[in-house]
Amino acid sequence: MRFADAARAALADAGARRARRRAAAARAGQDDPGGGPPGRELLRQAGAAIRDRTLRELGTHLRALETAVRDEGGTVHWARDAAEARLAVSGLVPGGAAPAVIASDVTREIGLAGPPPGPGTETAVVGAGFLVAETGTLVAADEGLAFPRTVVAVAGIEDVVPRWSDLEVLLRLLPAAGRLPPAVSTRTGDLHVVLVDNGRTRALADEAGRAALRCIHCGACRDVCPVYERAGPGPYGPGPAGPIGAVLVPLRRGVEGAMEASLPFASTLCGACADVCPVKIDIPSLLVELRGRVVESRRRRPVPTPEALLMRGIAWAMADEQRYERTLGRQARWARLFARDGRIARLPGPLSRWTEARDLPVPPRQTFRAWWRRRS
Amino acid sequence: MNARAEILAKVRAATQGLRARSDAAGTSGAVTGAAARAGQAGSAVAGVAGTGPAAEPSMPRPGDHRPNGLRARPRRTHADVVARFAERVAARRGPLRHVTADEVAVAMAAMLWALDARSVAVPADLPPAWLAGLETLDGVRLLDPAGGAPEAADAAVTGCRLAIAETGTVVLDGGRGQGRRALSLAPPHHLCVVHADQVVGTVRDAMERLDPYRPLTWLSDAPDGRTLGVLLIEG
Repeated sequence: MRFADAARAALADAGARRARRRAAAARAGQDDPGGGPPGRELLRQAGAAIRDRTLRELGTHLRALETAVRDEGGTVHWARDAAEARLAVSGLVPGGAAPAVIASDVTREIGLAGPPPGPGTETAVVGAGFLVAETGTLVAADEGLAFPRTVVAVAGIEDVVPRWSDLEVLLRLLPAAGRLPPAVSTRTGDLHVVLVDNGRTRALADEAGRAALRCIHCGACRDVCPVYERAGPGPYGPGPAGPIGAVLVPLRRGVEGAMEASLPFASTLCGACADVCPVKIDIPSLLVELRGRVVESRRRRPVPTPEALLMRGIAWAMADEQRYERTLGRQARWARLFARDGRIARLPGPLSRWTEARDLPVPPRQTFRAWWRRRS
Repeated sequence: MNARAEILAKVRAATQGLRARSDAAGTSGAVTGAAARAGQAGSAVAGVAGTGPAAEPSMPRPGDHRPNGLRARPRRTHADVVARFAERVAARRGPLRHVTADEVAVAMAAMLWALDARSVAVPADLPPAWLAGLETLDGVRLLDPAGGAPEAADAAVTGCRLAIAETGTVVLDGGRGQGRRALSLAPPHHLCVVHADQVVGTVRDAMERLDPYRPLTWLSDAPDGRTLGVLLIEG
């Protein structure tokens, strides 16, 4: 379903919207009133550099992680898509009972849910924050990791961190103020790891995708996004919600599907997400790039979209000066027919979607060109 | 082809030739219009093959994000570091007491009394002197450390592996006086005893001292309705 259609129900729910705004404000309020420690900008640069280097050498780090986890007595499983990931997890959870789950972007992506682990939990599925390749360590920004005896860690292949010391930078980038998350727990050994591809290698193959895969799932872009505040997580589909989801989902799954093609347009391009992103992902630029890809892919369709036809018509009219002038005069006269009190509040047919949310000013009686000729 | 081989092959195909890129090109997040429009999967890689010598990019090492000005400053004394830690704990409104080694038992009893803790879970190897003051309190009982079920307790008392001044964090690694992780996390209140010489300045100092092969728990703040108190032993 397209984003705009899926968002309709959420838009009517003012209560949920208020709750999202309050939650975002509460998270922002945890920040130090002094604006955090000095060097936040340098911390972001270091974080972006660590993530870039990791993605450039991802194959090496994945193999190192596999070796380290096995050395500590754990196992590593690979999943090409969400179904394979669910299968791998269910094979690792004894008895087939629904396990406790520490939720993360990747557990939601593959459709795993369950209660948070508490005392007495035997097995838990943990959405990994990071997996350290050097030591085979699972890092989760959640204290729930303390309870279960057996842990099945689910992670995207990009969630690997080369070195233990890299955590210094990455953990401090998770909360907005450069402190540390309220609770972080780590576990090395006795660990089953499920590494999920699910389109990540597709994103990895181009520059825009690599920039987006820097994401460390901090959720800062969600908290500042005006579109997310109104639409909520639902319309973003199974991937991460918020601006980064609008980028990552089409990058991972291509822009041919209706939902994927609509996501890059689910943004006002206000730029707030790029300002807060701890690893400096330029989300608005990526959205614009993806909008280009959506248009490009539609151009190859046998039947052009109404928008494409309109644009072709405009291109034809504007290609010739006289044709342009004639069209302009004719359009202005037509447009004046729909005017009321100096505004056009409603256009007919498919054009009405443009005026659904905004008015157009009435074009003047005389075009600029006509006025200019008379003047000189 | 099995999933492992297929995923690794795709990763290799996607990242081939990227190591040779200059760092500047690698870190610039913005995708310029024309180049990106053309940049479907193959062409970005093809374009790289022709650019410049294969120099390994000079990556900032972790920790290099400190401004030079801060590096040049004279080293802070350990007393400054401890004071900074206390400041951070106070900033998150966690209970905090400064005590000398002799006062631990009394201060501990007072803090538990203030939290209205009726039952206290402690690890088996907690220094017994820390809890000597509990006899003065009515109705407070210690849970049997071997008995399990720490979630039944009102409060837990533990030591820690180290504490981080910069972030007001205590780090537990299951070592002496810390017990299993569930012990410190299951009860609603947690009192952590920190020796002044366990406080390190920065997250980086902590990473160097911590053993990644131990189960670590970093506590920087308590969720709503719970308490993370600190008893700081100085002198």
